Formats: sequence, structure tokens, C-alpha cells
Amino acid sequence: MSRIVRIAAGQGFWGDWLEAPRRQVEGGPIDYLMLDYLAEVTMSILQKQMQRDPMAGYARDFIVQMEGVLPAVLERGVRVTANAGGVNPLGCADALLAMARGTKNHERLRVGVVTGDDLLPHLDSLIASGHALAHMETGEPLASVRDRVLSANAYIGSRPIVEALERGANVVVTGRCTDTALILAPLMHELKWPTNDWDRLASGIVAGHIVECGAQSTGGNCAYDWRSIPNLENIGFPIVEVAEDGSFVVTKHPGTGGRVDVHGVTEQLVYEMGDPHEYITPDVIADFTTIRIAPDGADRVRVFGVRGAPPTDKLKISIAYRAGFKAVGTLVYAWPDALAKAQEADRIIRARLASLGLEFELIHTEYVGATATHGPLAAIPEELPEVQLRIGVRGSDRRAVERFTREIAPLVLTGPPGVTGYAGGRPKVEEVVAYWPALVDKSVVTPRVSMLTT
Amino acid sequence: MKVRLLDIAHARSGDKGDTANVGVIALRDDWYPILDRYVTRERVAEHFARVITGSVERFELPNLFALNFLLHGALGGGGTITLRTDAQAKVYSSALLRLVIDVPDDEARAAGLPEHRA
Repeated sequence: MSRIVRIAAGQGFWGDWLEAPRRQVEGGPIDYLMLDYLAEVTMSILQKQMQRDPMAGYARDFIVQMEGVLPAVLERGVRVTANAGGVNPLGCADALLAMARGTKNHERLRVGVVTGDDLLPHLDSLIASGHALAHMETGEPLASVRDRVLSANAYIGSRPIVEALERGANVVVTGRCTDTALILAPLMHELKWPTNDWDRLASGIVAGHIVECGAQSTGGNCAYDWRSIPNLENIGFPIVEVAEDGSFVVTKHPGTGGRVDVHGVTEQLVYEMGDPHEYITPDVIADFTTIRIAPDGADRVRVFGVRGAPPTDKLKISIAYRAGFKAVGTLVYAWPDALAKAQEADRIIRARLASLGLEFELIHTEYVGATATHGPLAAIPEELPEVQLRIGVRGSDRRAVERFTREIAPLVLTGPPGVTGYAGGRPKVEEVVAYWPALVDKSVVTPRVSMLTT
Repeated sequence: MKVRLLDIAHARSGDKGDTANVGVIALRDDWYPILDRYVTRERVAEHFARVITGSVERFELPNLFALNFLLHGALGGGGTITLRTDAQAKVYSSALLRLVIDVPDDEARAAGLPEHRA
């Protein structure tokens, strides 16, 4: 019988269901637990945290969640891959080891830490040596925002994770790597896939793409016949059972809620998709137009036939930079004339901001309940029971944004009638952190693996 | 015959920078040719003309009975800086499913498409 590797996804983003990793480990047999914490914006948040506290800068949820699954990891040999390291993978590993020291069998814990994705210390030398790090959409060189850069991280592929597994790591902690590498690496390691077997590598990437957003492939956020999806309160997170030839089955633990079917898995396949012929990763370029998909029994979907091609010699990097300040305030207006009152309140706020001489890059108004999300595509019914006025500003002057936050509550006594819903208090001023995607030569990024024990 | 996309397809959407992607999947495999023929790049660009500031690209995935649309300039500058409620383009999917297409009567009847009566 051919070998199957079972990988469970236990987290789709930082802030996902805290219970999921433990349920994945306890709900049935798995070989690997994969935990994805990093979205585009996450690295910059972590960078800001590390500036305040040098011990911070990683996803702290990971430590709490590992506490729940560590006995299984150490006793049953389940291995973990996680990008929880954020901008401080070594700090994350230290916290993990400190937590583990009190537990049974802790001497078996071998933490592999992948570093080298952080390019912030090298940015100036990169720019000086001719790397423009131009914005992938606008083509603008990074020099134009260089002094405001908060973080710069390369999306590393699967190789260093494979190395950590080969050196005996049972928990691998990375910083910024591709989400899909957290799945592909265990497959390459366990199934001995060659690094130029493009079709099988592409299949591993597709498996990773399907499960990296957690329960979004098992019935969560699923538009297809959503009413009939059972027991979402007990939703099972996805598991892929991958065969040596690269084909795999998407499933979830028996007795859990949600649904795994062709419709839901297809929705996840097209999620965050660009050109489907070229899903580019550092390991391989996967062709999503070659994917074949078929039902394989209850809550099981089989995926096969994936083709791949050699990767490019570039790595994508994600750069975050400071881009001013923003704040958003809300008020609720009730029937009658809810929308007209909210519109009048908007006019008044804008007039008061103008008379104070405050300038913003943008003042943006939405009427929630009166097509805030679909804009002119939706018709607005006449007799709305209520409308939420949602007004936001963005600008480089923090004081102007602060002043704006004082202009919402006064509308309660100085504006149109029928207003409520202001109990949340004054809006909060937030720093805007913008995202700058760029490409860099693979040769300038050197991933490193460190092995740590208690 | 007027046919609303919501009645013949399902969809999921996401963001990348200032671009929204909307994957549209036929509710029945044999309805994919209808999507392919009538949910054109031009038709979708017209649908979103007053919503996005950039162009529209279309890709076909006949293996998944799906089309993928990229809507550029869809997020007020991108998920990390926008002031919009739908900062990550999560509900662009249903915004596209509002699209009503015209399908010749005999073709629509042969495919068993549900008619949309506004």
C-alpha cells in the first residue's frame, strides 16, 4: 500500500479560532499540524510590537495553542510547521521552549527555527547595489518611501523548512515564508519528492492553497447552499491526505461540523487567485487550470492531475511603511427619513471640518444599511428602519485626525434628530501602514536554520 | 431571457493590493458554457464601471467550471490603507452575482436556466 501523509491545518490567520489546533490534534490521526498566522498586514503590526518590546514581534496565540497540543506532539510524534515567528522567530522559539520546560517529555522537543527572511537590515545596501525594489503594481522605486519603512520580509519557500525537518525538528517556526511552504515542506520531506519534480511540487502547493485559510475549505464562508451546511458551531478544520504521486484528498475529522464538497473546495481554489496559469511560488509555478477535482465519499474531495513548471529566480518581498493616520466614526439614524438624516449629518461634519481648516487626503462616507458595500449596484429601499453613518478620514497630520474624532459625538445634540448608537465613544486614531510588494533576486536572500532544545 | 448570475453561479472574492479577485463558479457543470459565453470581460467591466477605477481581466478555468475576474482599482488604494467597510473585497463576490445577463430564449430553455423577473 502506498504511503499517505496526513496534514491538518489549524489556523487560517492570526486571530482564527483558538480551539482549532487542539481539535485537529485530538480529533483523529494526523502526521503534521500546520499553523498559518501571517497576512499581508500582520508583519508590520508585529514589527511595531517589537519596537516597543524586543521580546515581542511574533504571534503569541501560537504559544497558548502549542500548550494544548504539546503532549501529543511529543508523545504521538505529530510534527508542527508554523509561521508564528513573525518578525522575531528566535524570540518565538524561546517563548515556546520556556513554556515547554514544565511539561512531560520536554526533552524530546526539537525546535527548528527558520530565519533570513528579514531584509530590513539590508535594505540600504540592496538599494545602493542597484535593487530598486520597485512596487509591483505601480513600478515606483522604494527610495520614495524608504524613510518610512517599518518592515521588509522575503517570502521564503519550502527548502529551509525541509532542512529543519531533516535535522529532526518536531516543531518548525518560521518568519515570513509562503503559506503554502508550510504544507509543501512536510510532503517533500516525507515523500522524498525531488526539488525539480514540478508536477508533484505544484500539487503540494495546491494542497497548501486549499487549506491555508483554515475552515474556508470545510464550509466556512461558503456561498454554495450555505443554509444546508451543518453544525458550523463545531466546524472541522481541513486535513489533506497526500499520496506519493501528489494526488490528495481534502477532508476533516469525523463527527465535526461543516462540509467538504467539490463546490466548497472549488470556491477556495479560486480565492485570492490571479492568473490561474501561473500561481507563482519560490518552489514551483503551479497551473491551476490543470487541477482535476472529484467527490470521494462523504466529506471527502479528491484533487489530482496538477501540473507545474520551474520557478523564477526572484522572491516576492512584502514591505510595510508608515502612511499617515486614520480614524472612522459612526452614528445610527432611525426611521423616519433615516438616510436623509445621515446624509445631512455627513454634510454638517464635513462643513465643520472645513471651517476648522482641517485638511485630509481623504474623507470617506458610507451609509451602512443603504448599500455601503455594493455601491450603485444595489437599490435602496424607501423605508429604512435605520442607517449607520460611517465616516472616516485619512491624512498625514495626526492632530487633524485627532480633531476629527471630536466631531462625531457633538452631532447627537447639534444635528438631525433620531440619532443613537454613539455609546462606543470617540473613534480611535490609528497609524496607517501601507503595503509595498516588490521582487528581489533569490541570490540575495539566505535562509538559515537553527535547532534549539529545552 | 434575463438570467441573474446569483441563480446560476456561486462565487468567492479576495484582495491583492488594490485589486479584487472574484472567482465565479457554475452551480451546474453544464451551465459553465453559459458563463463562458455571456459573462464576458466587457460585461463585467460595464457592471463595475461606477464601482472600480481600473480595468478588468478575465481568466477561464474550464476544469473547475469557473471564471476568475481581476478588478483593478477596487479597494480605494488597497486593504491596508482603505477606509472602506469591505477593505478586503470579501463581498465583491455577491456584488458580481447581481449581474443580469441576456441569454437567447431557446438556449436558455435548452440549458434549463431559471428566468430572472425583476
